[in-house]
Amino acid sequence: MNKIKCECGHVNPEGTVLCEACGKPVEENQHIDGNNENKLLNMRYDGSARRSKTYNKTIVDKIWNFFSSVKVGVWLIAVTLIASSLGTIFPQEMNNQSPLPAEQYYEENYGMAGQIYYQLGFHDLYGSWWYMILIASIGVSLVIASIDRVVPLYRSLKKQKPKRHETFMKRQRLFGQAEYASEQDYHRVIDQLKERRYKVIQENGHVLAEKGRFSRWGPYVNHIGLIIFLLGALLRFVPSMYVDANVWVREGETKMLEGTEGEYYIKNEDFIVEMYDENDERYKESIEKQGGSVPKNYQTNAVLYQRTDESLPGVDPELKQVKEGEIRVNEPLKIDGFAIYQTTYQLNEFKTMTFKLHERSDADEQSIGEFTVNLVDPKSEYTLDNGYRIELYDYYPEFEMKDGVPSSFSKYPKDPAFVFHVYPPGQEEPEVNFLAIGSNLDPSGENQYKIGITDLEMRDVTGLTIRKDYTLPFLGIGGAIFMIGVIQGMYWNHRRIWIQPKEQGFWVAGHTNKNWFGLKKDLEKALDGTSVEPPEDQQELKE
Amino acid sequence: MANKKKKRFIFRSVVLAILAVAVGFALYSSFTDGEKAALKEGDTAPNFKLKTVNYEKDTLALSDFEGKGVMVNFWATYCEPCKDEMPYMEELYKKYKDKDVEILAVNLDQSELVVTRFLKEYGISFPIVHDQKGQVMGEYGVGYLPASYFINPDGTIEKKIIGPLTLDRLEGYLKDITPES
Repeated sequence: MNKIKCECGHVNPEGTVLCEACGKPVEENQHIDGNNENKLLNMRYDGSARRSKTYNKTIVDKIWNFFSSVKVGVWLIAVTLIASSLGTIFPQEMNNQSPLPAEQYYEENYGMAGQIYYQLGFHDLYGSWWYMILIASIGVSLVIASIDRVVPLYRSLKKQKPKRHETFMKRQRLFGQAEYASEQDYHRVIDQLKERRYKVIQENGHVLAEKGRFSRWGPYVNHIGLIIFLLGALLRFVPSMYVDANVWVREGETKMLEGTEGEYYIKNEDFIVEMYDENDERYKESIEKQGGSVPKNYQTNAVLYQRTDESLPGVDPELKQVKEGEIRVNEPLKIDGFAIYQTTYQLNEFKTMTFKLHERSDADEQSIGEFTVNLVDPKSEYTLDNGYRIELYDYYPEFEMKDGVPSSFSKYPKDPAFVFHVYPPGQEEPEVNFLAIGSNLDPSGENQYKIGITDLEMRDVTGLTIRKDYTLPFLGIGGAIFMIGVIQGMYWNHRRIWIQPKEQGFWVAGHTNKNWFGLKKDLEKALDGTSVEPPEDQQELKE
Repeated sequence: MANKKKKRFIFRSVVLAILAVAVGFALYSSFTDGEKAALKEGDTAPNFKLKTVNYEKDTLALSDFEGKGVMVNFWATYCEPCKDEMPYMEELYKKYKDKDVEILAVNLDQSELVVTRFLKEYGISFPIVHDQKGQVMGEYGVGYLPASYFINPDGTIEKKIIGPLTLDRLEGYLKDITPES
């Protein structure tokens, strides 16, 4: 390792651009920051040694230097942005609303392009391995680039000496030579700098006045916050840290709570919806605007159960009641870190239908007998008191005609249809009746009896979300540190003023990482009442 | 100086190792997360126990067929492609039953009536169990119907097929799980 010894006596690490102690440009390294002999010095990272090609020997160093580069970091972000936008060309798998599996869906709907899209993993972008590697690389780059900059910067600011090299002074943006300044002026400037809360260090008459150095750590504090935030996002993959699942529960039904590994079950005792009163003057206008009724409240009266045995899937578990409560929007029921939220609902799903049997010729349709069919899991036979027997021969929960054959679209009783066989007492041959909502057919045309619907029982289905999130503290603390870093870097400036005594008068130079106007004001105030003119802004002079 | 260089090497290695572990963990978790939902070939088929529809015993568990090759088929009467492959399964069930290969079809309808009606109409004789609450479906992570799992005599999943099967393909998979006599 070749250290560079400056003429001031300070030994700098390889790759240093400006001597840590006196600021003299290290001749062979000026290309690193693009410094030009006659121009102002680039004060980025105070000219400290960020990366050194000398250490680029082992594979570890090569990986390190790759991620340390800001250029690489910017490219990683750019590629991630492009990939993210490409992921919006076709719908994501979770949103495509198709009964087809992904391997068929994209090819069938979008042809070749869809196939490629699927193969490359764009259909589930956030879950694809290469996208995750991109995001992870950004995180790695953030960590390494920060370490590689904050350490040398800290070192450089700690080692700086009040006595600066002449070249350093001359090539500062604010630089002035006060040849006619007196001893008195010199002391007055120092006092006035102290008054402006500058920390003044003196060494053989050389002066360094500094203020707000901690602002330089802002970006790194910000990165620490970001890393904690990323860590929180990472922990969302751990099921014990984060759960986000949905479940539909019909009134009267008990269901396993998804995401609790079969531990908890919920029963929907009752589901209630209240709408805003359409006749109320206050709401009338907005309800009309909305184009339909607006719910005021919807809630599930629920009972929570915990499983007490370890039975096989498929076998009904033994449950013990652990909690009871009402679940409203934004008022979840909580248990063991899980919060159960009301998210959505479906009203009026058929539960049971009650029918009556009557003689076809009877104009009053006087009932011979009534029977009720459970539409979820119906019985096949219904015996009436007076000896009539009715067989539910076929049942279609969600009726549709497919190629001329009656069939069911789903298992849910949304539009039920029935084929009843009616056996009057003593008769072997049944009469066939076909019933659906809005139709009542007699296929033979010779039926003596007819079946009619007399009553309906409906029930509602509640849509609940089960959520557990122990990553929030990470996101909160990470976000807070992030903001502290931003504020620290934005609202404070690191200002330095150097004074170098000369045989006649003294030189003044000033540097700040931002807000040059503020620095100039400080200098004006510090030089107030002396014979010294405020130094010139060498950058403005050139323009 | 060499000491300092060594220290830097160790520091960089440690930081990179920590980052690699974190990234590896994220990748691993996200992939196992996706696969936990759906079983994959080579996994041990989870055991389950359900009420039967057309079998002499009231309930049937997958473990009742221990030592045999088992085809577990998820189906429903409202699923047209499921209905299409049922006759093939019936045909091959008779042929392979003596070779210690069983077919166990898990029905996902709500009403048993619909299922018995269907079985009568199609003349199905292989055992059908009724997963009325979809618990086994959830355990196996079945999203699309039909779905068939061909399970080796040792209980591992030999093949997983989503979508309908032809007679030839079905027979091929049944051959694969036939125990050696």
